[in-house]
Amino acid sequence: MQPLFDYTLRLADNALVLGHRLSEWIGHAPVLEEELALGNMGLDLIGQARSLYAYAGEIEGKGRDEDALAYLRDAVSYRNILLVEQPNGDFAATMMRQLMYAAFAYPFTTALAKSKDATLAAVAAKAEKEMAYHVRHSAEWIIRLGDGTEESHARTQAAADELWPFVGEMFEVDGVERELIAAGIAADPVPLKAEWERTLTRVLDEATIARPRDGWMQTGGRAGRHTEHLGHLLADLQYLQRAHPGATW
Amino acid sequence: MSAAATITKLSDAALRERAWKVASEVTDPEIPVLTIADLGVLRDIKVEDGRVEVFITPTYSGCPAMNMIALNLETVLETAGMVRPRIHQVLSPAWTTDWMTDAGKSKLKDYGIAPPAGRAGRRALFGEDKVVCPQCGSDDTARISEFGSTSCKALWRCKACAEPFDYFKCI
Repeated sequence: MQPLFDYTLRLADNALVLGHRLSEWIGHAPVLEEELALGNMGLDLIGQARSLYAYAGEIEGKGRDEDALAYLRDAVSYRNILLVEQPNGDFAATMMRQLMYAAFAYPFTTALAKSKDATLAAVAAKAEKEMAYHVRHSAEWIIRLGDGTEESHARTQAAADELWPFVGEMFEVDGVERELIAAGIAADPVPLKAEWERTLTRVLDEATIARPRDGWMQTGGRAGRHTEHLGHLLADLQYLQRAHPGATW
Repeated sequence: MSAAATITKLSDAALRERAWKVASEVTDPEIPVLTIADLGVLRDIKVEDGRVEVFITPTYSGCPAMNMIALNLETVLETAGMVRPRIHQVLSPAWTTDWMTDAGKSKLKDYGIAPPAGRAGRRALFGEDKVVCPQCGSDDTARISEFGSTSCKALWRCKACAEPFDYFKCI
């Protein structure tokens, strides 16, 4: 069961960390409608994370529930990809990160909805529809910002350039996944790359943003080697449970 | 005779019918004109040896209304005399707006929320929805935001009557 636990945890950590990043915008969004949108997208992801953590806890069978898995693990135990933990930056950077992730997550959850694992399939089937909205939302902003003023164009281009080294990790397959893909449980991300490329190319073209060149790709998040940003994120996310263990209300 | 004492005389089938009637009147706390039966959120009720189990399904992964709905279900069923009913959340098959009843859609419209346009399904990712204004019926409308006051809604406005309105998204 270890590979299935690891795999479920990776999916859950991606969703929680990105969901938390989006929630950091609450109270800071540029306009009210965007405040609601960012909060809603964060809620979708945190909802997905909750289902996945609950399932991971069941698989593990050691009595850890969704809260224990979210609040009581350190950065080295987190299995999310590095893209989702990148700081919000300016609004263009947040939207670019969201587009890069959602354009992957949409076909990925479509594929995972066919998993032989009933719970993963169920969570993915629900998430798929939500991710379609995330793609459309972030794509519209990237187009508006990229094809906007000189300032917004420059910031959007900078966001694309800075985040590009983090996209490779989404399409990596390691030992844990290879076994689960063969068993029809995990979704193989490799064949999804073409669709991701099409979405990104289409949006970046329309946004008049140059597609960054592929080069060195960052990796390691799924093995627990994170950027310095995750520790800060967790310090905020986990503060209450760490300071007041077992606190509920 | 107390509600609980009356209930114990019922067969499982009759109890299920009673439970369904009570449960189906619970409303969505975020859209109080809609019952969970209108929404298709109420999936099934099983009764075995007088023990009631209710199955509900979330509309969205992070729908905060689900906890409230579960709590309300417990309360109304207990009030109707059913002892410690159990509420389960089921994820599969995933909820879709297609399960919303026609009565539910028309209640939504009367309440000022545009019901889901057409059937859920594989929409073109960048395709435009055609949404009719629930206030004046015009289809000359525009989307303000993909996301609205709750996860299930988007914010639109009508160019004919100039009113903003919520649209229940099609998923």
